[in-house]
Amino acid sequence: MSNQLPAIVLLLTLLAAPLCSMMRNGDHAWKLAVSSAWLSVVAAFALLQQVWGGYEISYHMGGWPPPWGIEVRIDELSALVLVLVTLFGSIVLSALRESLRPIMRSHRHSLYYTTFLLCMASLIGITITGDAFNVFVFLEISSLSTYALIARGRDRRALTASFRYLIMGTIGATFILIAIGFIYMVTGTLNMADLAERLPAHADNRVVQASFAFFTIGIALKVAVFPLHYWLPNSYTYAPKATTAFLAATATKVSLYVMIRFVFDVYGIEFSFQQMQLGLLLVPLSIAGFLIASLTAVFQNDVKRLLAWSSVAQLSYMVLGLGLLNIDGLTASITHMFNHAMIKAGLFLALAAMIYRVESSKLSDLAGIGRTMPYTTAAFVILGLGLIGVPLTAGFVSKWYLISAALEKDWLWLAVLLIASSLMAVVYIGKIIDAAYFKPVSASHAQVKEVPPIILIPCWTFALLTIYFGIDTRLSAGLAGRVAQTLLGVGS
Amino acid sequence: MTSLNPALLFLLAGVLLPLLPSATRRHCVLIVPLVGMLLLCLTPYGSYGQGDIFGLQMVSYRLDKLAFVWALIFHIAAVIGAIYAFHLKDPVQQVAALIYQGAAIGAVLAGDLLTLFIWWELTAIASVFLIWARRTDRAYRVGMRYLIIQVGSGVILLTGVLLQLHTTGSLAFEHIGLGSLASWFIFVAFGIKCAFPFLHNWLQDAYPEATVTGTVILSAFTTKLAVYALARGFAGTEILIWIGATMTAFPILFAVIENDLRRVLSYSLNNQLGFMVVGIGIGTELSLNGTAAHAFSHILYKALLFMAMGAVLYRVKTIKASELGGLYKSMPWTTVFCIIGSMSISAFPLFSGFISKSMILTAVAEQHYTWVWLVLLLASAGVMDHSGIKIPFFAFFAHDSGKRCDEAPLNMLIAMGIAAFLCIAIGIYPDALYAILPYTVDYVPYTTTHVITQLQLLMFSALAFAVLFLSGLYPPEIKSVNLDTDWFYRVAAVHVLTPLTNAAKKSTAAVFGTTDRLAQFSLNRMNDWVGPKAWLTRTVDSSGMVALVLGSLLVFLLVYLF
Repeated sequence: MSNQLPAIVLLLTLLAAPLCSMMRNGDHAWKLAVSSAWLSVVAAFALLQQVWGGYEISYHMGGWPPPWGIEVRIDELSALVLVLVTLFGSIVLSALRESLRPIMRSHRHSLYYTTFLLCMASLIGITITGDAFNVFVFLEISSLSTYALIARGRDRRALTASFRYLIMGTIGATFILIAIGFIYMVTGTLNMADLAERLPAHADNRVVQASFAFFTIGIALKVAVFPLHYWLPNSYTYAPKATTAFLAATATKVSLYVMIRFVFDVYGIEFSFQQMQLGLLLVPLSIAGFLIASLTAVFQNDVKRLLAWSSVAQLSYMVLGLGLLNIDGLTASITHMFNHAMIKAGLFLALAAMIYRVESSKLSDLAGIGRTMPYTTAAFVILGLGLIGVPLTAGFVSKWYLISAALEKDWLWLAVLLIASSLMAVVYIGKIIDAAYFKPVSASHAQVKEVPPIILIPCWTFALLTIYFGIDTRLSAGLAGRVAQTLLGVGS
Repeated sequence: MTSLNPALLFLLAGVLLPLLPSATRRHCVLIVPLVGMLLLCLTPYGSYGQGDIFGLQMVSYRLDKLAFVWALIFHIAAVIGAIYAFHLKDPVQQVAALIYQGAAIGAVLAGDLLTLFIWWELTAIASVFLIWARRTDRAYRVGMRYLIIQVGSGVILLTGVLLQLHTTGSLAFEHIGLGSLASWFIFVAFGIKCAFPFLHNWLQDAYPEATVTGTVILSAFTTKLAVYALARGFAGTEILIWIGATMTAFPILFAVIENDLRRVLSYSLNNQLGFMVVGIGIGTELSLNGTAAHAFSHILYKALLFMAMGAVLYRVKTIKASELGGLYKSMPWTTVFCIIGSMSISAFPLFSGFISKSMILTAVAEQHYTWVWLVLLLASAGVMDHSGIKIPFFAFFAHDSGKRCDEAPLNMLIAMGIAAFLCIAIGIYPDALYAILPYTVDYVPYTTTHVITQLQLLMFSALAFAVLFLSGLYPPEIKSVNLDTDWFYRVAAVHVLTPLTNAAKKSTAAVFGTTDRLAQFSLNRMNDWVGPKAWLTRTVDSSGMVALVLGSLLVFLLVYLF
């Protein structure tokens, strides 16, 4: 049983999805979806435990050995991303039923859960597969389901946002497909481990170099690296509330995982950073990204949009850590991937709870929310502190590594910029706290009550996890540090 | 069990406090520091709570002689503060006070810089609620300014800590000394909290705006924590002598003309900090002992004075010197306690200020800093003027304002009584305090020379007071009274100083006005660039986005292929 886990973790959600679609009763579908999702969390943790300490699992689908068959390959990094996707996805899914209620009639719910599960399954698939073409296939599934998820937003603009994301996503996926096609043309293999062995011999091949360009642009689109981030703010703003929490937590993070996988493993660090000088492109773009996006977030009046822009900034931190190409930087990148997924999912979920009652995410409409919905707002504040990077929250750990990485390069100016950007985070989170606690309660929302526990508990779970991972960093930074060493080929 | 960090106890109690019914809450606020003090006294010196946080060696609880003095007086201040605030039912203030006190204690007991930073920031965040708890619009704005400066100090500290870690590879919080870039960052961070000249404005801005009880609690912790941090990290740094000397001197001018009596005390707080900073700068065993002793006694008498003024504010609803007077008839006990506090701060023999301040003065003299010594002497006379005579005189005597009120509540009187008792006890029996100082003390405060010199200083002030009062030169209605060794030029100075400070105020207002307008202008421009409707953030249409993607691809291809 336990050696079939790599298949099980994927199949749980993948098979639950069609079953959900056949159910007419939304409540039953939700129960099925939630239980399959939480089972996959268990499986993910079991897998993490198996690879803990730097081990790898190679699972051959259908018993066909690689490179002919499809290989499932799990190491510590993919196990961490697996935990991220399943755990945070499941927590959001648990809160989803309540927050869908005002948006759609309950017999439609089952279809929504189907899409949600499909998206989750495909993200799991991307994470665990060892096959480059599989990555593309799952990426497409996840994109398609994401478009559907976003389009269900109550605001009509969700449709255009979804459509724009569809165009951009398709271009991105096509670019990735072209890149994979090119390297397949040169090497004749699709297995990632196999590719990693064969590619160095073709490092001077123009086709491989072109494929690298297509790949970086394609994946940068999915990760929302500045200036290819334009699809993100609208998609996040107009998607149904709780869905945004799921997307913000998982979709971009998994794309970042693919980026790390390909840049460091498949293409190889020497090719990517020395021959192609990827760092030269990533570092300036991400610096511009976090400065501009943080600044933009400061000036937003709509909390959803503000958080979406903050996501762009935070993603830039991760890409920056990757581009710095030292152990601290890569550790920061991976740790922040995990921490930010948690924090942002929590923030969007808490915001979803507020919107659930107040039906607006305008800063002016949320005035005084700290008094009418004290528990939700308290969770929001804790998570907000995490986003800023206050000590004893998870955000601090990743910022610490990122700044250490900048100092290790003797780039004092970068450390200063990072701190400046953190101060901007203080301002934009401070704006929300200011409105929530210090402004008088706006008359139209004076009567709102606290949300039901089924939404509140997931919010607080994220808040408490944020504090927990600020103190115990074995799972996040500890693992990330080991992974960083392996990826950079330093130490064991 | 005994090695439990008392700070964690405070923190835990602070978090759980809102769950308790209000009747038990105030008992809890009182019991926690008592239990904490017991824990502290039972713990032998050493390092506890060591651990690894992401690969860094942390010592979250380091108890040695230096830390013990501060931790002990912080606990005593917390007990007194809790008694003083016993009548309160406001959970915000109770929680904020507990967490703030706990954070200050935690910072003093921190053995590494990262732990220090964490507690450092927590003091800032928790304490601001003591200001906001006054729930006025002004308190809100003042609190915001205070918070920005305090958090800013934390950010600078963190930068310094990171640099320090990067250059030395260690986080241990030991002697740092000025030199590297990292040490300057840390120094400035400490300096902000310690209210160095030009970095001091937050203190006089914020403390008088806090609640009645909030100011008492605020006055004890933040700045003294900074003094501790300086004593630990920068003992013997010469620049501190000059900074400290400036700190003792310049607030006097402001304290003299200030009308808000709690603000007068805030200036005087700054002046007292100066003595401690000088002591740190000298860096000999005697001077460091003096700093520790002065911090100890200072917390007590300053809290006593703030408590007395707080009681007046609580009963009369105003603390403006020009609106008070004659209150001794209504509040005899408060008057007595306030006078004890005044005599302590003026360093009368047999009061606590005398036995601690004289240590610093002697240490300065021993190292032959003649000018510094003279400045400190002058400043001592100034203290007598603005805190020793001005405070009690204007509040309780002077012309009768006609205000009649009740005596302060019993719990406030008890708190003041305890503080007053300790002030006198330390003054009469200094060996008890000397026993816990960081270094062995072979200093005798009560020599004939010391006592005579000090009494001369004080007697002359009293004489000057009498002369002025009888001759009618004493201006009864204006905001200051100038009775001191230097009264002859000070009487004139009032008339010179008032227009000067008015001019200063005007020019600051002008500067702030300009910066305000500048800030507004840049905010507007920023809004044009990155606001919700600006070109950078507005929704780009699909073809625009596609063009962008293709453009990037082209750039990447060009970079990669050529």
